[in-house]
Amino acid sequence: MLFFSRWKILAIVASLLLALFVALPNVLPAGGRAFMLDTFGLRPITLGLDLRGGSNVQMEVDRKDLTDKLGQILASDIRSSLREGKIGYGGIQRNADGVSVTITKPEDLAAARTALEKLRQPVTASLLAGGGTIDLYDLTQDGQNFRFAQNPLGLEGKIGGAIKQSIAILEKRINALGTTEPVIQQQGKDRIAIQLPGIQNIDQVKAAIGTTAKLTFNLMCETQATGPNAVPPPECKALEVKPDPRRPDGPKTMWIQTASRATVDGADLSDAQPAFDQNNQPVVTFRFNQKGAVRFGKLTADNVGKPFAIVLDDVIQSYPNINEAILGGSGQISGNFSTEETANLAVVLRSGALPAKLNIVEERTVGPSLGSDSIKAGVTAAIIGLAAVIGFIFLPYGFFGLIANIALVANLIMLVAIMSFFGFTLTLPGIAGIVLTLGMAVDSNVLIYERIREEWRNGRTPMSAIDLGFGEALRTVVDANVTTLIAALVLFGVGSGPVRGFAVTLAVGIATTMFTAYTLTRLLVALWVRHRKPKEINL
Amino acid sequence: MRWKPIRFIPDGTKIPFMRLSRYGFVLSGLATILAVLAFLTIGLNYGIDFKGGTVMTVRTAEAANLDQMRRTLDGLGIGSVELQEFGSPNDVLIRLESQGDEIAEQAAQQKVKDALGQGVEYRSTETVGPKVSNELTQAAIIATVIALICVLAYLWFRFEWQFAVGGIASLLHDVLLSIGLFSVMGLEFNLNIIAAILTIIGYSLNDTVVVFDRIREYLRKYKSMGLVDLIDFSINSVLPRTLLTSICTLIALLALYIFGGEVIHGFAFAMIWGVIVGTYSSIFVAAPVLILTGSSRQVQGAPADAAVKSRPVPQRG
Repeated sequence: MLFFSRWKILAIVASLLLALFVALPNVLPAGGRAFMLDTFGLRPITLGLDLRGGSNVQMEVDRKDLTDKLGQILASDIRSSLREGKIGYGGIQRNADGVSVTITKPEDLAAARTALEKLRQPVTASLLAGGGTIDLYDLTQDGQNFRFAQNPLGLEGKIGGAIKQSIAILEKRINALGTTEPVIQQQGKDRIAIQLPGIQNIDQVKAAIGTTAKLTFNLMCETQATGPNAVPPPECKALEVKPDPRRPDGPKTMWIQTASRATVDGADLSDAQPAFDQNNQPVVTFRFNQKGAVRFGKLTADNVGKPFAIVLDDVIQSYPNINEAILGGSGQISGNFSTEETANLAVVLRSGALPAKLNIVEERTVGPSLGSDSIKAGVTAAIIGLAAVIGFIFLPYGFFGLIANIALVANLIMLVAIMSFFGFTLTLPGIAGIVLTLGMAVDSNVLIYERIREEWRNGRTPMSAIDLGFGEALRTVVDANVTTLIAALVLFGVGSGPVRGFAVTLAVGIATTMFTAYTLTRLLVALWVRHRKPKEINL
Repeated sequence: MRWKPIRFIPDGTKIPFMRLSRYGFVLSGLATILAVLAFLTIGLNYGIDFKGGTVMTVRTAEAANLDQMRRTLDGLGIGSVELQEFGSPNDVLIRLESQGDEIAEQAAQQKVKDALGQGVEYRSTETVGPKVSNELTQAAIIATVIALICVLAYLWFRFEWQFAVGGIASLLHDVLLSIGLFSVMGLEFNLNIIAAILTIIGYSLNDTVVVFDRIREYLRKYKSMGLVDLIDFSINSVLPRTLLTSICTLIALLALYIFGGEVIHGFAFAMIWGVIVGTYSSIFVAAPVLILTGSSRQVQGAPADAAVKSRPVPQRG
């Protein structure tokens, strides 16, 4: 165990120097860091959001909302498709997972079937369901009654599609708010994980990503609610009205027309900007695309003098009167807005509506001041821990303690180098993992030294005691470290975020510990033996 | 100048660990029963990772007036609100209970922010909805079980089954005592603590493996020595290493506990406890279980003196 060929010595020294070089950006000032990055592509350790400050948000598609929206669309598709085919129908009923419709005349059934078959909506199935396409709805016929029922696999495919669409929309919204380097990715089947580093305005971002931003312009119903329990007439819907201090006595809910001929969809917007109206109130001005402009022009021209509702996410923002036909394809959304709200609203309208509501199921936000405090505390703990362990190891081992300490410092440098090079994220628990590694790294050396000492006390020559010490201890060192490695791997597998950072430092720390013990420590001891030819071991 | 090394453990100790382990068994047994009882009666103070809800830490410009803050937040109708000082008089930790669903969770968080306004600095905000907290609970349980199974399999593979039984007995002992301590002291039990417990599993086993390794080596070397003496001899031989390593790890952990900041406190505390318990259990739980299960070599009634004679006598020292 004590013989080192020349090239092996070179390899050990070279790997240590390389580690030192790779770890260098972590201690360089900004200028040096830029140089290392530009010249060698080397960067310092990536800090987790709990250290640099930032926000982790996990959102989940609201299945009920999505099912609901899909049902609404299906119902209106059935209506227009049957009308187009001049097929009489008795009524369209929506239930929890589908829609059913009754055809009036038996002789229309074949035609109805053909028309309805087209509405089953093929969607791309998830890979787990075998890929390919699958219908969102199963269509069953019972006499004159047709029933669309959601296919669970089809729904999963639809959710997958909604997630991808939502990610694209969220990216636009978050970028528009000026967040740097956000990471937005799918998580599991129906979730989106968003990482927002260094964020200051988390509430603004949350408002932006939490808004579905489904905008419609609806005509109001001819009759309005007389009491809280009044039932709206057919093709009318009761919606909440956003409170406005300028109209304190205004109604709390109002009825709007839901028929497609009385509605213009905000999806046809081409632009939206925050602005102020003539009374200096914050508003959002918008422009329709060609299609929207035509529809909006027609609707306003046909209904001059009547009020229409501006509906955002099922809340009536305001209900101005149509003073004249709006033919230019632009208009403004008024409501009791703050300037911040109009800025946000403009952003979400420009990015388009989310296919379904997204709920925040988990949020972890760390402010920048706490992050930097955590770094300071962690580094302090690491330095003090290192100094204490280094000092302590001298006591029982003296000169050999010095060797152990050199190995310990080399171990730390390698740990930092590996974390930096592979882009592993350092979190606060990760720092704890490093401090823990400091203590445990000594273990390999202690095992070896104690073994050498035993062999020496059992009457072996220094050479053979050292040789045997390394050899015999190797098995124990490996066995002992594998157990901690198992724990670290399990943690990495099931842990999340910060805990995962801990597992990474722990696992890397074990690897570097074993490496330094059997290269650097052994080399230094071997060099000492070769140089001194000791007659005894002072352990 | 010559350095005179300081030996913390004198050479050639002959501590009769297996005889002492009788008391150790009683102590460990009682402690474990108490821990389980505490867990069943007092329960654990679960953090939002497992229970759902919101935890915020805020910093106020002047020393925080907790009573006033409590009155403000109690009026919000978001269930019970816990306030406590967090590290300094200017830092307050606010804990909201789970609101039942994700949307209400966010709404409650917003209400608190609206009520406290811009006058305070929001240092951290964590909100975990019921779905995620259920998943995290499941993941934590699965992680602990998988870790236990993996190390059991490893011990079985590397040693004989008796060693695996001894190892698992000491691990369960460590895990139960850790959970018991958190239960009795009412400390918050969260994901970091699970990480600590898994690390304790790794560390405690590390210690156990070193002892086992030596027992196995001596089983081959000293074929005529009685099992009790052999185990005692093994433990005495590795005692200096066991203590040195534990002390080094404890030193590092103490630095973490004292200087590592409020956020990492619970983790460091659990680890410190785990290292102490883990060191104890590898000597007083894992090894004695070997005798109970009877390692592959049956306990031979060799008198202690004979066994000592067969031990190689140190020639230097």
